[in-house]
Amino acid sequence: MDTLIADLKRQIVDQLNLVDIKPEDIGDDQPLFIEGLGLDSIDALELIVLLQQHYKIKLANAEDGPKVFYTVKTMADYIRANQPKIA
Amino acid sequence: MFVAGVGIISAIGNNAAENLTALELERPGISDITYLDTIHRNTLPVAEVKLSNESLANSSGLSKTTSRTALLSTIAAKEAVHNAGIENFASLRTGFISANTVGGMDKTEHFFTEFLSNNQKGKLRDVMHHECGSISEITADALGIKNYVSTISTACSSSANSIFFGARLIEHNILDVVIAGGTDALTKFTLNGFNTLMILDPHYCKPFDENRKGLNLGEGAGYVVLVAEKIATTLKQKPYCRLSGYANANDAYHQTASSPDGMGSYMAMKNALAQSGLHPADIDYINLHGTGTQNNDVAEGTAIKRLFEPSFPKMSSTKSFTGHTLGASGGIEAVFSVLAIKHGCIYPNLRFETQMKELPFAPELKFLKNQKVDHVLSNSFGFGGNCTSLIFSKP
Amino acid sequence: MREKNYITASCAISNHIVYKNEHPVFESAHANAKDFLLSIYNHFDIKYPKFYKMDALSKLGWLASEVLLTASLKQGTYEPDQVGVILTNANSSLDADLKYFESTKEFASPSLFVYTLPNIVVGEICIRNDFKGENAFFVQETFDTGFIEQYVDNLINNNILQACICGWVDVLMKDYKAVLFLVEKKPKPQSRAFTKENMEKIYQIQNGHINS
Repeated sequence: MDTLIADLKRQIVDQLNLVDIKPEDIGDDQPLFIEGLGLDSIDALELIVLLQQHYKIKLANAEDGPKVFYTVKTMADYIRANQPKIA
Repeated sequence: MFVAGVGIISAIGNNAAENLTALELERPGISDITYLDTIHRNTLPVAEVKLSNESLANSSGLSKTTSRTALLSTIAAKEAVHNAGIENFASLRTGFISANTVGGMDKTEHFFTEFLSNNQKGKLRDVMHHECGSISEITADALGIKNYVSTISTACSSSANSIFFGARLIEHNILDVVIAGGTDALTKFTLNGFNTLMILDPHYCKPFDENRKGLNLGEGAGYVVLVAEKIATTLKQKPYCRLSGYANANDAYHQTASSPDGMGSYMAMKNALAQSGLHPADIDYINLHGTGTQNNDVAEGTAIKRLFEPSFPKMSSTKSFTGHTLGASGGIEAVFSVLAIKHGCIYPNLRFETQMKELPFAPELKFLKNQKVDHVLSNSFGFGGNCTSLIFSKP
Repeated sequence: MREKNYITASCAISNHIVYKNEHPVFESAHANAKDFLLSIYNHFDIKYPKFYKMDALSKLGWLASEVLLTASLKQGTYEPDQVGVILTNANSSLDADLKYFESTKEFASPSLFVYTLPNIVVGEICIRNDFKGENAFFVQETFDTGFIEQYVDNLINNNILQACICGWVDVLMKDYKAVLFLVEKKPKPQSRAFTKENMEKIYQIQNGHINS
């Protein structure tokens, strides 16, 4: 059971105020930006804050954002790679 | 519509003469944080006015507990009025149109920190002048302006908007003289906010450079004294120049980012030219908004390319000297534009190294003297899509 | 002689009621501004997910503009650069400033910082409707109908704009009031003349608590 992905979806909905979206409706591999959830550049910054707040990971380079935040799965992979103690 | 006087205080000088000298000597005012008490000291460069509140209070004649925003505003506005040398000032219909984005935030954030830890602490007088309009009132009172006082708050285009609003009031014979421009002081609120938007350069900014990394925040104030023609003819000294065109448009794209093709910027510049009756080829110098962010510079550059090609005037961003002074930037850069016409000079764009790949032009690298500078275009583009261009012309 | 312009639509939101053209069109007794604004959004069945990210001032002004313009301004009537937005208030972005400041205690929020400028509500209205004409935001102690009349008349009579959305939008914690006018050159059925007296009448329809 991948609790990290489930947790991330909930955190994304909360952090970005996606009031009309249920966490379980976000696909693991669904693009978050442009098509997909239609997030924008300010949302990307909020996701950077999310990484810091919940996972203590600092994304220093905003240019890495598009790769890291491409989908929930890529976010989870990045968190695991940078925080090994997460299962 | 004539400019009879100017006043300015910024990171590169405490009055117009000092600012002009620094521009000529290519001496920027960006450095480590000195006066602001923030966790970002030693990490983020800023362009602070090189005076403490106590010194500013002495120069302005206000109490040292006054908000820094109002101290800066009063010093620059007083210089402008003095510089215009209007003898019968008190008998004319005068107005003060000012702009700022932080209001008395420098005092408020200090109050809040104390108050949040213990609600018996903190001085309430620190929050009395929090709001933007209140800051304008302090300066208006210091100048003795009673007829008309107004405050504009449209982010980085605010003080450019003040200037053309002031011009309209004179054009419609509502006022004879308007002191117009804006002010902003550096605060933790703004520094932290821009930091979360990740558009601050951790080094000294490089506007319009291919490898630019963002902006440096600055502070200061800049005002022009606008007068009707009938007043201009009575003054001892010749006016500096005319405000020959102005326009405002909304980019209608995003709350804080510019559209990739810079449509709002394009419309503001195009309409200002149309109003002035000038052609793009008549412009001798563009004072760019040029913040140094990835987004602004490519949007503004693209708009300039579209409007001016195939030939481009000299241009530069003086934010490479003063940092981005937010609500004051339109006013400060208007003063620089006016001085460029008066002294026939072109300012350099500091730290520029590599031309942007999207653009067929590059800014000026050196300070140039003895130039023909008859018409200057000054751009100010703010969050909320608010885009303003002003055109100043030889009198 | 001064050319006359017309208020061809108006919208007022205050004290739990939404008025369109001086008639109540929605009422909802919510304890706080946030829930009331959300109930307006749901009631008028608007689909605009970006609404949820806006701060209270932008939500209030944006909703007022939606109600104002629906059925009153047909898309395509004007070119984008012919329509502008001129708004005013007393509290600037103070409501958003406080919320952003709160967030700095832990992690400063970029999405809250974006709204710490009063003119962002103008930006939101322009983005929604593709309005690219002249726009401004003035901070004033009270709603100055004389100022708005003169300012907007000048823009329209000099063809800087062909139509203008103007008025007052203010929010601070639980106090809110928005009064917007659509001003055009030609009258429509049930238009009022664009005068400070008429704006004042509509503004007084329901006295909110802000600066009363």
